[in-house]
Amino acid sequence: MTNPISEITDETELMLLIGTNATEAHPIIGYKMRQAARRGAKMIVCDPRRIDLVDEADYWLQLKPGTDIPLLNGLMHIIIKEGLEDKNFVAERTENYEALKETVQNYPPEYVSELTGISVEDLYAVARLYANTDKAMIFYTLGITEHICGTRNVMSIANLAMLTGHLGRPGTGVCPMRGQNNVQGACDMGALPNVYPGYQAVTNDEIRQKFEQSWGVSLPAKVGLKIPEMFEAAHEGKVKAMYILGENPVLTDPNSNHIRAALEKLDFLVVQELFLSETAEYADVILPAASFAECNGTFTNTERRVQRVRQAIEPIPGQANWQTICQMSTKLGYPMEYEHPSDIWNEMASLTPSMAGINYQRLENSSLQWPCPTEDHPGTPYLHKGKFTRGLGLFQPSDHIPAGEMPDKEYPFLLSTGRILFHYNVTTPYSEGIASVWDKEMAEIHPEDAEKLGLVTGQQVKIQSRRGEVISAVKVTDRVQPGMVWMSFHYAATPTNALTSDALDPVTGTGEYKVCAVRIEKIPEVAHA
Amino acid sequence: MQRVKFTINGKEVEVPVGSTILQAAEMVGIDIPRLCYDPDLSPLGACRLCVVEVKGNRLLPASCVTPVTEGMEVQTESPAVIEARKTILELLIANHPLDCMTCDKMGDCRLADYCYRYNVKESPFTGDQHDYAIDDSNPFIIRDLNKCILCGACVRACEEMTGQDNLSYLYRGFDRKATTAADVPYIESDCVFCGQCVAVCPTGALIEKSMSGQARRWDIDKVRTTCPFCGTGCNFDLAVKDGKVIGVLSAEDAPVNGRMLCVKGRFGWDFIYNERRLTTPLIKKNGQFVEASWDEAYDLIAEKLNGIKDQYGPDSFAALSSARCTNEENYLVQKFTRAHMGTNNVDHCART
Ligand code: SF4
Ligand code: SF4
Ligand code: SF4
Repeated sequence: MTNPISEITDETELMLLIGTNATEAHPIIGYKMRQAARRGAKMIVCDPRRIDLVDEADYWLQLKPGTDIPLLNGLMHIIIKEGLEDKNFVAERTENYEALKETVQNYPPEYVSELTGISVEDLYAVARLYANTDKAMIFYTLGITEHICGTRNVMSIANLAMLTGHLGRPGTGVCPMRGQNNVQGACDMGALPNVYPGYQAVTNDEIRQKFEQSWGVSLPAKVGLKIPEMFEAAHEGKVKAMYILGENPVLTDPNSNHIRAALEKLDFLVVQELFLSETAEYADVILPAASFAECNGTFTNTERRVQRVRQAIEPIPGQANWQTICQMSTKLGYPMEYEHPSDIWNEMASLTPSMAGINYQRLENSSLQWPCPTEDHPGTPYLHKGKFTRGLGLFQPSDHIPAGEMPDKEYPFLLSTGRILFHYNVTTPYSEGIASVWDKEMAEIHPEDAEKLGLVTGQQVKIQSRRGEVISAVKVTDRVQPGMVWMSFHYAATPTNALTSDALDPVTGTGEYKVCAVRIEKIPEVAHA
Repeated sequence: MQRVKFTINGKEVEVPVGSTILQAAEMVGIDIPRLCYDPDLSPLGACRLCVVEVKGNRLLPASCVTPVTEGMEVQTESPAVIEARKTILELLIANHPLDCMTCDKMGDCRLADYCYRYNVKESPFTGDQHDYAIDDSNPFIIRDLNKCILCGACVRACEEMTGQDNLSYLYRGFDRKATTAADVPYIESDCVFCGQCVAVCPTGALIEKSMSGQARRWDIDKVRTTCPFCGTGCNFDLAVKDGKVIGVLSAEDAPVNGRMLCVKGRFGWDFIYNERRLTTPLIKKNGQFVEASWDEAYDLIAEKLNGIKDQYGPDSFAALSSARCTNEENYLVQKFTRAHMGTNNVDHCART
């Protein structure tokens, strides 16, 4: 996020939500948005589903799934046509404006309305409202990135914010909300194939030498494989061994049958996990993991805020995860010795200028947002103040990219997936309380479709795609549009990702979880004796 | 900021214009008792326990809703004030089960604290007692409205913090109740189990089920930590008794969330004690997992990973780190992968 969460409460006058069901995926942020709307801030919700925040919204743009780029281009078309862009900001802080102008010229409201299903009046009203409001924030999550055009979607959002000068000031900005608790931190720490901690490129000789010196080894300069490429390489027999810490790709990654087959092919798999997960079943060795309550460390939230995690109880497997990794590495011939996680942090910070000013002492009674280069630096609540990291903000116009798979005669329904409030990916189903109340998948389906198929809430259906099939109960609700089914992916009994598409965003490798084609079949009820 | 001067308990002080007497008193370190007032919620002025004496004012105004004015003279513990507070407390406990010795909230109950402060042991008032059934309908919250003092904090928290609007007041007079629409149990209501109502309730009317019967409040150690579920990064205290987590308590100084939490953060922590937790290393032999020592596991890993690296080269290895794990663990995984295995094949799930 470019701006802190607190600005939802204190600063912003308008919230544009696109593809984010905040009250369920990031509940506290969602509750704060609701509070802000009730104190008078405007709210625009762009979502194919009637999410809870629609009740608070001034406008609900119920776009057809996968049409975010035409929508954003259409808004920019109107803004430019009416001269509502922030001319100073565009002139002083951006480049490539002409190219943007040229692209969005091809998205007049009538055409956009046809593609997205949103009325021309609403397009005008929302474009004007967003452009004319001084402090406007945009929020997005998986609804934007989990498409084949995820990267392009994100660029289009940035284009809209830059065009209207909604960046670099309190109460403005572009806020991608990070899903998992520490997805920000995993990226920041260099758990990525192309960068070391702090996004320092592995291909940069100077940087690589710095790490070689600190770690006392020579390091590879070649960028590594992204997740989907890893599994592809495992399929092809090029990747022979894997180590998986605390993730369950079989349940959470798209096209899970493909992933199962890849894991099957490995010569050797080590999994470090809390539970015998679907992925751990494929392991040759499982190392028991400790939970957050059993470890010292830090997490970094979606606004780059580093906060302490503190050990409250003895580790249930007898040792903390960092100890296990160190012991394993040492056994393999690369000694790792630390007294305490704070030593690990300090080593990382000494190599990472953007986090050099953060240490456990400073985190003892508070939190810090990076960049924080020195120990007397107060941290950075919002990015891009005065200038962008790369100097001028670059407009990167995009054209509409239709989803990789759309419904057809054979598979007439559009399946979209997401999170529900009560679960978080794969840990919460192990909470007895939570599991007892929300115990099974309830695929959402529109009343019209339900009638055609003869379904009522609670009935079992078979849902099939070109890649797999699952059994699920249905919930009949007008939260979804006709022709659409919506499911979560929290339940082992209904592994939704057996259905999802393996179309990938070519840049990030993110799976297209949001859109694929399925058919639904009622399972005849067994007659009661 | 404009300021006003006034006198409180004989001391002249200056506070920002618009401060209430209660806020002004707090600023100068004077504690006025309060039951319905909550700094995170809109003022209600209903419990009247925060009354004070203002010179020239025949009535005792509620300090939580009365702004300070220039030259005002306030007494917060005058005989009249104390008398009024005692009467209010006596009225409240007349209809309150005095089972404090087994009440889970004892030690963190403002009603008990104030009765102690004003030496209220029993009530001269007698009359009907409520006999509400305890709402035990859900796995998270126990609701015993016999202990409710109608401060309305839960109603305001549900509306103003979460915005769920699940609670309101029903019925009149003696039967007045702070409850769900149609007075159904929580599980049948629109409740999202954020537990905000529990966090603000000053009495034992709303409590965390997981903590019931587990510990007196003063025996609980609090360990401040960060929520392991979503990227919002809420902070809370893990409530620990005898080396065991028994619940989650809101932490008012949490940077992102204050006292607000969602169902996952507040009630999802019990996965740590799920009986299916793995406790020892496992090695697969003939398709079956068998328990192994750490050393056996490491030896096998060393043999296999080093062997595969030697035979097929560094890029035949790949590591998946975790967006659920700490920064420090992620740092170590990428370091291990790069420095020992010699490859940049490291990534984590959920690329978002
Ligand atoms: S748990 Fe949350 S939603 Fe439920 S009644 Fe309490 S405050 Fe309202
Ligand atoms: S349940 Fe608790 S918070 Fe709600 S009105 Fe009663 S005493 Fe107040
Ligand atoms: S309490 Fe809820 S909103 Fe806060 S971090 Fe945890 S899961 Fe996210």
